[in-house]
Amino acid sequence: MRLRKITEPVFERLIKICGYSSGFIVLLIVIFLFKEGISFFNLSPVDEGSMLWVHNSNSVQELDAAQIKDIFDQKINNWQTVGGKDLPIRLFTLDEVGKAFTAEQLGPKFEYLPKCIDSYMDSLPGAIGFFPEKQTAGLLKSAKAVEVDKVSFSSFISDTEWFPTSRPAARMGIMPLLLGTLLVSFFAILIALPLGLAASIYLAEIADERVRKILKPVIELLAGIPSVVYGFFGLVVIVPFVQNAFNLPVGETALAGSIVLAIMALPTIITVSEDALRTTPRAMKEASLALGASKWQTIRKVIVPYAASGITAAAILGIGRAIGETMAALMVTGNSAIMPHSLLQPVRTIPATIAAELGEAPFGGLHFKALFALGCILFIITLIINLLVERVSAKRR
Amino acid sequence: MSNKIETIDVNLHYGDFHALKDISLGIPENSVTALIGPSGCGKSTYLRLFNRMNDLIPETRITGKVLLDGENIYKIKANKIDALRRNVGMVFQKPNPFPKSIFENVAYGLRVNGITDKSFIEGQVEKTLHQAALWDEVKDKLKKSAFELSGGQQQRLCIARALAIEPSIILMDEPASALDPISTGKIEDLIFELKAQYTIVIVTHNMQQAGRVSDYTGFFYLGSLIEFGKTRKIFTNPSKQETENYISGRFG
Amino acid sequence: MTFPESNDRRKKIGQAVMFGLSKGISYGIVALLFLILFFIIKQGIGVISWEFLTAMPTDGMTKGGIFPAIIGTLYLVGGSMLFAFPVGVMAGIYVHEYAVSGPMKRFVNMMTNNLAGVPSIIFGLFGMALFVNQMGFGASILAGSLTLGLLALPIVIRTTEESLKSVDDTFRQASYALGGSKLYTIRKVVLPIALPNILTGLILAVGRVSGETAPILFTVAAYFLPRLPNSIMDQCMALPYHLYVISTSGTQIEASRPIAYGTAFVLVAIVLIVNILAALLRNYFGKKVKMN
Repeated sequence: MRLRKITEPVFERLIKICGYSSGFIVLLIVIFLFKEGISFFNLSPVDEGSMLWVHNSNSVQELDAAQIKDIFDQKINNWQTVGGKDLPIRLFTLDEVGKAFTAEQLGPKFEYLPKCIDSYMDSLPGAIGFFPEKQTAGLLKSAKAVEVDKVSFSSFISDTEWFPTSRPAARMGIMPLLLGTLLVSFFAILIALPLGLAASIYLAEIADERVRKILKPVIELLAGIPSVVYGFFGLVVIVPFVQNAFNLPVGETALAGSIVLAIMALPTIITVSEDALRTTPRAMKEASLALGASKWQTIRKVIVPYAASGITAAAILGIGRAIGETMAALMVTGNSAIMPHSLLQPVRTIPATIAAELGEAPFGGLHFKALFALGCILFIITLIINLLVERVSAKRR
Repeated sequence: MSNKIETIDVNLHYGDFHALKDISLGIPENSVTALIGPSGCGKSTYLRLFNRMNDLIPETRITGKVLLDGENIYKIKANKIDALRRNVGMVFQKPNPFPKSIFENVAYGLRVNGITDKSFIEGQVEKTLHQAALWDEVKDKLKKSAFELSGGQQQRLCIARALAIEPSIILMDEPASALDPISTGKIEDLIFELKAQYTIVIVTHNMQQAGRVSDYTGFFYLGSLIEFGKTRKIFTNPSKQETENYISGRFG
Repeated sequence: MTFPESNDRRKKIGQAVMFGLSKGISYGIVALLFLILFFIIKQGIGVISWEFLTAMPTDGMTKGGIFPAIIGTLYLVGGSMLFAFPVGVMAGIYVHEYAVSGPMKRFVNMMTNNLAGVPSIIFGLFGMALFVNQMGFGASILAGSLTLGLLALPIVIRTTEESLKSVDDTFRQASYALGGSKLYTIRKVVLPIALPNILTGLILAVGRVSGETAPILFTVAAYFLPRLPNSIMDQCMALPYHLYVISTSGTQIEASRPIAYGTAFVLVAIVLIVNILAALLRNYFGKKVKMN
């Protein structure tokens, strides 16, 4: 008895701490996600430890990541395009130095490498050089370092290219991923909402109690199947189906993703909207029938409008699930991070990008942080969706 | 005066429960008939016979005849039920407007029954809102949601909604039980106005209300009709002891 | 007033069509579920054998079994529940029995809701940042279990709360009347009554956790590790990750298809068993409680 007097307060304290655990975890998630995600901004998109150089006579001082990539992809061939003189661009990298000078000239420990680069650079007024920082910083007289625009939030949001591993400068525009995510998710809901609504109407208003008791748990079982199994099913059944049906070179497309995500969103949509439909007061249905309306007219004109906010919540929740879904999207959408133009092309969603790339991104580097920034965006989207759902359902009460 | 509605030996079972027992009763045309009795006595169930609302509840069995203008409404073809329900309007215990505008609530019965003439619908909505003594209060906000009205206004809207398709019978299931005294008074005035054109059957457990609005009163107890007659007689000189006990407040 | 009689007919036909349609769609969805289950069972059942379940993978995961993945998933499920079950149950007790309604309770509920809505890949990111890096666990069973545990936490909290809600207040009052303290009442009266429902929640959480892939990608899962883990600081294989890997990123995707079907079969079997178990438990105890 005395022992209990000591242990009880301890236990109650423990219970209280656990009670706050979910709030605490959400807080930790926010801290860790945003700590890495925000540090992504104001980094240089240039490969860490490397520098870009141009000839002293070159008037170009500053380049952004997009220009650098186009220059090194040889899509931009003249300095004029980026605001300089009319002079062809000459790419100049370490490989070339290695070929142009003998081992003796470079020195046994490459100690003469900076001098070699410097003299070579001097002869190439149109050159842009990409060299390790260690061997060039402060050592070149014929060239000046190019200032590279830092990664900014606005470029992250608006850039239409995602090439996180491109060298010398990575391009990290979220646009193709964001649009890919939205395209796949919204189309999934476009498929799932009418089907789910029809099923929820059947369960709530048409089926008799006996049938409903059997159908409901079966439909809820759909929610229990792991997403990786949906992804696998999509891969071996739906992807080939889409490929054959539309005669495509590859079946891994936004459409395949939408179909799989639609199936996965069905149980959420059905459960939530059925609950909403069931809240319609019986007297309201009877009032409609008493005016000579058929049961279907009553459903369409009275019950569905009455449950509209609940059905909206169901749709928003479904979109939320689809946006956050990782494995199934990763396995069937084809993973191509380009701006989506049609449903029949491969796309890549935000969660799929994180899942596919984080394993290969060097810890703490630019790419790693960029993926955390993507995580932040995803987290914010789901937070907005949760708040929206809460808002919509609060309106009901 | 002829009987608008007549029931002959009606019995109704919900599963094992015997809810109405051998009810035979004639309800005169263009009058107000009140059905009174303690909760669970079957008065609402009886009311819901006339537009076949009990059909919606599973495991309901009905025997006997329910004649409306001489026709047994439980023998009509299934496709005539809509026509029956158009002829029998109903007002419920709590105001239950549809999640639509005030205008669309009244127009609802017309629309679901295939009336498409816009100007006719507009005229009918205005006419019935006048009839329900609601027009002056809502004429400037017909497009507003019906949920913005007060409880009493909502109930009058529900009456207008029932009147819009011009039934000949109006069933009212405790139409004022959820309302304040002023709104109740308005509804009672309305009932008085309407009885010239309609046959009204009203379920109430408010004895004063039955006394005020009705011409005839039927007293139900434990699923049986104990007594039926002119309201004045039932209230002043009932022939059955149970009726007297109930009316004088000795039970119920 | 006269109404067009054709309208009554149209109403009938319209209703029949729409009722038929919604019935068809509902059964179609059920058929789809059965199609998915049937497909995976049909393709996978031939692969299943005692050897498949108990052997190490060989020949670049195109032959052999999935034993380490099964064991890995068992470890992860066990580890995550070791964390999520006690914490979640206590949190549920706090929310239902202790938190007085008001802003604090609303806040806790909102946070639990938010946590339940966080996409699983975010848990993966978070687990990597906190457990793998910050706490220095590295990719390990410990880090993976904790990450999965966080994901399961809101499920356990919710079901515990629901179970406690279903316990009639008179039980509590009776215990208080006899002088039982609050905690004593919860421990000796409320929890025993709520236990079957809480266990149902535990089982469903197990089902959910055993199929999750995204949270373990960077916190524990090993691509190919043909041995059993030595300690909780070891990496391990896991069924869902194994299915992902051999169906997408192996060098011999076609050759390892049978293994993939077999793995999918095992995952689906777990889901079915878990759901049936939960239904049975609910039914059995549901009746028992009613009888009392």
